[in-house]
Amino acid sequence: MYRKLKQTIAAAALAGAFAFTAPAAAVELTMYYPVAVGGSLTKVVDGLVADFMKENPDIKVKAIYAGNYNDARIKALAALKSGEPAQLSVMFSIDIYELIEQDAIVAFDDIVKTDEEKTWLNSFYPALMENGKTGGKTWGIPFQRSTIVMYYNKDAFREAGLDPNKPPATWDELVSAGKKLNKGTAGQMDRWGMMIPSTGYPYWMFGALAMQNDQVLMNSAGNETNFDAPATIEALQFWRDLGEKHKVMPSGTIEWGTLRQNFLEGKTAIMWHSTGNLTTVKKNAKFDFGVAMLPAGKRRGTPTGGGNFYIFKKSSPEEQAASMKLIRFLTQPGRTAEWSIKTGYLGTRPDAYETDALKKYVVEFPPAAVARDQLEFATAELSTYQTGRVRKLLDDAIQSVLTGAKTPAEALGSAQSQADKVLKRYR
Amino acid sequence: MRQVYGWLLLTPAAILLIAFTHYPTVATLWHSFFSQGTAMRPAAYVGLENYLYMLDDEIFWKVVRNNALYAAGTIPASIAIALLMAVWVNGKLPLRGLARMAYFTPTILPMIAVANIWLFFYTPEIGLLDQFMRLFGLPSHNWLGDPDTVLWCIVVLAIWKEAGFFMIFFLAALQSLPPELEEAGRLEGAGRWYYFRRVTFPLLMPTTLFVLINATINSFKLVDQLFILTKGGPDNASSLLLYYIYEVAFSFLDEAYAATLTVALLATLAIIAIGQFFIMDKRIHYR
Repeated sequence: MYRKLKQTIAAAALAGAFAFTAPAAAVELTMYYPVAVGGSLTKVVDGLVADFMKENPDIKVKAIYAGNYNDARIKALAALKSGEPAQLSVMFSIDIYELIEQDAIVAFDDIVKTDEEKTWLNSFYPALMENGKTGGKTWGIPFQRSTIVMYYNKDAFREAGLDPNKPPATWDELVSAGKKLNKGTAGQMDRWGMMIPSTGYPYWMFGALAMQNDQVLMNSAGNETNFDAPATIEALQFWRDLGEKHKVMPSGTIEWGTLRQNFLEGKTAIMWHSTGNLTTVKKNAKFDFGVAMLPAGKRRGTPTGGGNFYIFKKSSPEEQAASMKLIRFLTQPGRTAEWSIKTGYLGTRPDAYETDALKKYVVEFPPAAVARDQLEFATAELSTYQTGRVRKLLDDAIQSVLTGAKTPAEALGSAQSQADKVLKRYR
Repeated sequence: MRQVYGWLLLTPAAILLIAFTHYPTVATLWHSFFSQGTAMRPAAYVGLENYLYMLDDEIFWKVVRNNALYAAGTIPASIAIALLMAVWVNGKLPLRGLARMAYFTPTILPMIAVANIWLFFYTPEIGLLDQFMRLFGLPSHNWLGDPDTVLWCIVVLAIWKEAGFFMIFFLAALQSLPPELEEAGRLEGAGRWYYFRRVTFPLLMPTTLFVLINATINSFKLVDQLFILTKGGPDNASSLLLYYIYEVAFSFLDEAYAATLTVALLATLAIIAIGQFFIMDKRIHYR
């Protein structure tokens, strides 16, 4: 017994000595990452990071789950301010201007050296790069990215005499389908035609409607918004009309958090939501459901969403090189495909969809490809300097219109003039 | 020597108080005179500019109004219900322990969990409230999506959460009242209501003041439910002062303006506390 113990201690000491001597020039990286849709995503990230360390024993990565997108930004910036090391992070793609203004991040153009690395920088879907680029430089590399898609209840479509394999493709079709899908009497609806959430991230949903009306909400320098453009006002009027005029949607605001439950319980036949819900809906829907691209007004359109990789300025060249290695590892086509299958997020590059794993998955489960196919029509998510403030101006304007307090022209006009005031000093 | 000893005993508490209460208060006041600072544009002294901006800020006035309504809605109602419940479970009734526990349960649940439960009460169509209304043939209502009802939904939740907590204080106070008083009252022919109004209630006044102060503070600092239920919406109809401060500080990253709003909140609370102590205290009977 005693001898056995001694042996164990000796072995442990030996192993310890090796562990300390082997990776002599180890680089340690700390990475914060957010999870916005909850659940087992942390395990997926931990698994990917463990694989990376196995392949690169000289780099040690500490991946820290930091809450939702807002929390992750707060924690990462606080860590930097207090001098704690953090070399890279996954953060909201729309935080880019804030991070640049805080002088917290470096542009990837300044780090990539070889031609191979430069090709890598251009290997992603251009739509996903829009939120990562400004001033001619790339600051964010797409990782956990999504778009808005339309979930619809095929059983309800059949019941209403609609073709379940032909989801509405235009605004007009959406309204007429919605009217057919409505069930019940006014004030006592058993099922609504459709629901678009208007709490939580109203500006995101609105980005889709505006894009469908052929209007982007801001410029790429992040210092100009188009809130009072006629097409923007029209788009908001359409959103309001869905509830007030066409009566295919409840009036007032619709809660982001409970919408999925409404859909799963059959209280709405159509919902617009993030692709990030795909796996949950797949698991819990007791009816036949479909996923489609958002319908077109003048054109199709959706904003992208989600998180990008950023590298912090306060890091040594070796750490930056190691961070690059990690990011390149996590964005390999194979890893990206694995990530997409496990989470429902987009594969961020075309060649990820050429891998056998993802090819097979898309054949088995076609809705997984809808978000990708929609990328062709996608635009950047609302992001400007002072983005929190500007976003709230738009959120408030949208909600005041949906609740009937203001007209679209009034609300968006005042949001625009206030946004101008905030953004003036960045022009 | 004795003096040194005394100071040494005070030190731990003093350090904590200074580090976590006094220093932050002074720092907040200091920051409120500077502009929003970023790495590229360091903060600069701007005097009272932040305060002028605040007086001009529509959202600020809206959240102040909301907060006043929220306080007016929660404070008297939660105290009255707490007192009623305390008197009720203080008397002889079957399953008294169970009743007390049931009333106290909301208090021990975390606010975030509670808000998640209530979110599904208020949800239109599938929510408990709407299903209940449906039983009586009443139309469905978008409780949290309507600016006219959303604040009152928050108020009801706060009362439900708070009343059980305050009940404990009233219950403890009731149990410490000497039973002779009640016997004497009965001999003199005092009715139950008369006895409550003229004896029990005045004797409970110190507890009531304590509860009142707590309820007032809570009506300014309890905003967790907003994160889950409404995020202050729609269009700030349910936003409260502290939630707005959080938004300005952590979503807009504007520490300077957040500091300004915090100073306004601190000043309001100080005025209320002083008023409560100096005016109310004189009218309270302490044994």
